[in-house]
Amino acid sequence: MTAMQSPVGKPLDRVDGPKKVTGQAQYAGEFDAPGLLYGSAVSSAIARGRILTLHTEAAENVPGVRLVLTHLNRPKMAGENDAYEDMDAADGAPFRPLYNDRVLYSGQPIALVVAEDLEIARHAVSLIEVEYDVESHETDLYAQLDRAHDAPAELPEARGNVDAALAKSDQTIDVEYRVPVEHHNPMEPHASTVMYFPDGSLLIYDKTQGTQNSQAYIEQIFGLEGQVRVRAPFVGGAFGSGLRPQYQLVLAVMASLTLKAPVRVTLTRQQMFTFGYRPRMSQRLRMGASADGKLQAIEHSVIGQTSRFEDFTEHVAEWSGMLYHCDNVALKYSLVPLDVYTPLDMRAPGATEGVYALESAMDELACAVGMDPVEFRLANYTDFNANEGKPYSSKELRACYAQGAARFDWNKRSAEPRSMREGHELIGMGMATGVWEAMQMPASAKAALCSDGTLRVSSATTDIGTGTYTVMTQIAAAAFGLPVERVEFRLGDSSFPKAPLQGGSFTVSSVGSAVQKACDALKEKIWEAARQLADSPLAQGAVDDLRFVDGRLQLGDSPEHGMALEDIVATCGPIEAEVDGKPGEAREKYATATHSAVFAEVRVDEALGTLRVVRIVSAVAAGRVVNPKTAGSQIQGGVIWGIGQALQEETLIDHKLGRYMNHNLAEYHIPVHADSPELDVIFVEEHDEIVNALGSKGVGEIGIVGVAAAIGNAVYHATGKRVRELPITLDKVL
Amino acid sequence: MIPFAYSKPTAVDEAVKMAGPDARFIAGGTNLLDLMKENVARPERLIDINALPLRDVETTATGGLRVGALVPNSDLAWHPEVEARYPLLSQAILAGASPQLRNMATTGGNLLQRTRCYYFYDSAVPCNKREPGSGCPAKEGVNRIHAILGASDQCVATHPSDMCVALAALEAEVIVTGPGGERRIPFADFHRLPGDQPERDNVLEADELILAVELPAERFTTHYAYLKLRDRASYAFALVSVAAALEMDGDRISTARIALGGVAHKPWRVAEAEALLVGQLADQANFAKAADALLRGAQPLEHNAFKVELAHGAIIRALGEAAGGITQ
Repeated sequence: MTAMQSPVGKPLDRVDGPKKVTGQAQYAGEFDAPGLLYGSAVSSAIARGRILTLHTEAAENVPGVRLVLTHLNRPKMAGENDAYEDMDAADGAPFRPLYNDRVLYSGQPIALVVAEDLEIARHAVSLIEVEYDVESHETDLYAQLDRAHDAPAELPEARGNVDAALAKSDQTIDVEYRVPVEHHNPMEPHASTVMYFPDGSLLIYDKTQGTQNSQAYIEQIFGLEGQVRVRAPFVGGAFGSGLRPQYQLVLAVMASLTLKAPVRVTLTRQQMFTFGYRPRMSQRLRMGASADGKLQAIEHSVIGQTSRFEDFTEHVAEWSGMLYHCDNVALKYSLVPLDVYTPLDMRAPGATEGVYALESAMDELACAVGMDPVEFRLANYTDFNANEGKPYSSKELRACYAQGAARFDWNKRSAEPRSMREGHELIGMGMATGVWEAMQMPASAKAALCSDGTLRVSSATTDIGTGTYTVMTQIAAAAFGLPVERVEFRLGDSSFPKAPLQGGSFTVSSVGSAVQKACDALKEKIWEAARQLADSPLAQGAVDDLRFVDGRLQLGDSPEHGMALEDIVATCGPIEAEVDGKPGEAREKYATATHSAVFAEVRVDEALGTLRVVRIVSAVAAGRVVNPKTAGSQIQGGVIWGIGQALQEETLIDHKLGRYMNHNLAEYHIPVHADSPELDVIFVEEHDEIVNALGSKGVGEIGIVGVAAAIGNAVYHATGKRVRELPITLDKVL
Repeated sequence: MIPFAYSKPTAVDEAVKMAGPDARFIAGGTNLLDLMKENVARPERLIDINALPLRDVETTATGGLRVGALVPNSDLAWHPEVEARYPLLSQAILAGASPQLRNMATTGGNLLQRTRCYYFYDSAVPCNKREPGSGCPAKEGVNRIHAILGASDQCVATHPSDMCVALAALEAEVIVTGPGGERRIPFADFHRLPGDQPERDNVLEADELILAVELPAERFTTHYAYLKLRDRASYAFALVSVAAALEMDGDRISTARIALGGVAHKPWRVAEAEALLVGQLADQANFAKAADALLRGAQPLEHNAFKVELAHGAIIRALGEAAGGITQ
C-alpha cells in the first residue's frame, strides 16, 4: 500500500487562515464581556521628574467615567524587584506602572481613566492636568558617551592580539557605524482584556509572546498566585514587543481588581512608542587583512543606549567572533543609561545591528584588499565557531553564497563603484552574510487522541503570525501519518503545557520537538491500550514494528495486523500523553546557527539622491524547512523589514524635550508595497541531525539579518559613497 | 477627542448659517478626525457637508473647469476632463496619500489639510500653530521635514498637499461663500505664510465655506511634470515637490509656471523665476537660473539644509521633463 506523503516540508496553507480572513480570529482587544469597561492611559509629557499634582476632578466628573487610577489609589503591588522580573527582564529594576510619583521617561503612563466606553475615556484623559517637578534629562546617546559603563553581558574572551595583528596587516579599516532607535509597531496595538470572576480570579486576553510569562508576572506583582489564566489565541504581530508584559496589562488588571469588573486597555498607535524599542547604537570596527584577503584582526566595540533602571543587552558583537575565521578578536560592549524606557528585543535582536556593522565593514575591507565581496568571505570561511570553541552542527553557507550569487547573476556586477548606470540612475550591487543562532529551549506538549479519532495537540506557545498553528499541525500529522485535517493544534493558553517565550527563532525547534516527542509518547500509549483489547490484531509485535499509516496503527507493513485509530479510542476511550522536552545532549559539542547570503540591487538617482531597492535574493540555510510557504513568508517579511531598516526606519528624538516626535505611522516610515522589490527566497538544502529531532533551525530572525548591510554595500557600489549611519535617506546620499 | 454636536445640512446657505469659530465643516474627515483624536482640533460642533450639492465637475463659460468642493481626490484625478485637460493636476493628486485616503478626501478638504509638523500633532508639547504663543520647538528641534522658505520666527511648518502645488501652478481660483456672499480667491492668495499668526493656514474665515475650485481654460497639456521626492515610494509627504508647466514656442519657452511643495507654509512660486525663462532656451543653464531665483533667500534649519540642494536638482529635473514633453 502507499502511505500518505508526510505533510512536513509541504507548503501547506495556514490552518488558521480562514479564521483570520473571515474575522473569526479574535485578538486581545476584541474579546467582549457584559459590562466591559474601557481604559485609556495618560502619558507623561516630561522625560524626568516628579508628579506634584494630578488634577483628575474634571475627568472624574465626566458622565460614564468610573475610575481615574493613579499612583495614589492603585491596588497594592509587590515591593521587591524580583516580582517584576519577567522571563525576558533585563538586568536591573523593571519599570513599575503607577508605582509612585517618579517620571522616568517621556510617554510614561501616569494615570488610567476607566469609563463605560472608549470615547468617554479618551475625552476624560484630555481633561487631566498634571503639575510636574521637572528635572533635567538626558536622551542623547552621543552627548553622553563619557558615561558609558561595561554592559553586563558574557562576551567571549578576547583571543590573540588585535593591536599587534592590525600593525602587521596589509590593509586595515577603522570605521564607526550608527543605528537609530526603531519601534516594533506590530499592526495590532498592545491590548489586554481582563475578565473578572466573582471568586477574584482573572482570565486575561493579552497581546503577548508568552502567556505563562504574563501569568506569572501578574500573579507575582499582585499576589494572585493560582488565580490568573492568560490566553492569546491570536497575536497580530509582535516582533519582540510582546516578550515582556507591557504596561497596558498591568493597568487593565489594576482597574479590574479595583472595580471588580471586566476591563480592556488598548494602546493607541502613539502609545506604541512608549515602551521597548531597538536601541540607538554606535559600533566601531577595527579590522585588518593580509594582501591575499585573510582576516588578521577584528575588534568590534559597541556602545548602546539603555534606561536608567535596567541594563538592556543583546548579542551585538558576538557575530564578529563566530562568522569568519580570525585568530585575533576582541569584542567590547558598553551601555549609556538615559532618561528613556528600556530597549527590548526586536526581530533578530543584536544581529540586526551587529551584523549590519560587521558586514558593512567586511565590504569596506574587501574593497581595500581589492577582492570580490563573495570571494573575500569565502577566503575567510570557517566551519568552527571560535567564540564557543566548537564546530557548527551544520553550515551550508557556501551553498547560500553559490546559489544566491547564481540566482542574482552576481557575475554581471562590475567591481568598480560608479561603474554601472542606466539613464539618471547609478546601479549598485551589494551582498552580505546573515547569521542567527539556532537555539532550543525546554518545552512541553500534550497529545491526545480524541474519541472521534482527532489528534489534539497543545502547548502554551503562541502564534505571532509566524505559522505556529500550521507547522505544529504538520509535525503532529506527520508523526501519526494522519491527514492535517484530523489534527488540531491548540496554543496561546497559560493552562496548557509549559512553553518558552515565542522568540529567538526557537519555537519550531523547542515546541516542535516537544510536539513530536508527545506524539511518540502517545503512540506507545495507544499501542499499549490497543494490544490489551480482546482479539487485538496488535497483540503480538514489538515497538519497533509499529507503523502509524493513514489513520491506522499496524505492525510492519501488514494492514491485517492493525486497527483504525478511531476504532481503538471507540473501545478504549480517549488517550493522552504529556511530555517535557529539552535540548538534546548531542547539541552540547556543537555550535548551532542559521546562515544566509543576501544580494541586493539598488538604483540611485545621482542628481536627487533618491534610492530604491529593485531586487533582493536571500539564500537561507536553516536546516529542514517544515513549511516552505510560511517559512518563505517569514524570510520575505524579514527582508522587507531589512529594507526599512536600511532606508527608512528611525524614531526621531527631540533631545530638548526628551521625547520621540514621529510617533505615528504616517511619519514613522516603514516600507509600503511600492518599496518592495523583486524578492527571491532560496532555501538551501541543509541536513542536521544534531540541532534537534526535527533537524529544523527556525527562520523567524534570519530573514532580516544582513539585508541592511547588503543594501548599504550596494549603495556604495552605485555611488562610491559609504553611508555609515542608518537609515540611508536621500539627504545622506546627495 | 472632545464631545461635539453633529448636524448635516442639505443646503449651502443652511450650512453657512451654522458655521462659527466653535464649529468645523467635515467632508472626508481624513485629516480632521486624526486631529480631533489627538486633541489638536477641538470643535464643539461638526457640520457634515456631505449632503450639499457640491460634487459636480463642469466646464465653465470661459472654457475652464469648475470642480465642486466635495469631489473626491480619486474621482478628480481620474476624471476624463482632468486627465485630458489638466494632466499636471491628475499627476499631483495621485502622488499624494494612499488610494484609501484619496477616495475619502475631497477637493475642498485637500486645500485645508494641516501641516505634518510633528510638534503640531503632539498636544503634549508647545506649538504656536496649535496653541498660539506657546513656542516653536521645531525651530531648533527635529526639523528635517520643515520649511526652508517663507518661515517665520514663530513657525517653520510646511503645507503638506500635493494637489495644491499643481493648483498653484495652474493658477486656479478658490470660490468660497459666507455671510457676505461669494468671493473668488486667486490660489496664490488662498494659503498664507505663517508670519505672526501661524495658527492661520489660509485666508478662509471661520464662517466661510469652499464651494469649488475653478481651473482656467486648458493649458500645459504637453509640457508639464510633477516631481515628488520623499522618503518612501508612496504614502509619504513630500520633502520637496515641483509642479512645472511650460508652453513652448519652438525650442524656446513662452510661458513658465513653477510651484514648489514641501518647502514652505504654502505652495511656493516666484514670479521672477518664471519670467527668467520666458523667451529662453529650455536648457540646464536656464533651468538652474530659475532654480536659483526660486530658492533665493532660503533659510534652512539644522536638519533640512539638504532641501535647498534637493529642490535645486528637482526644479532642473522637472523643468527638463516638462520641456521634453515626456508623457508621464
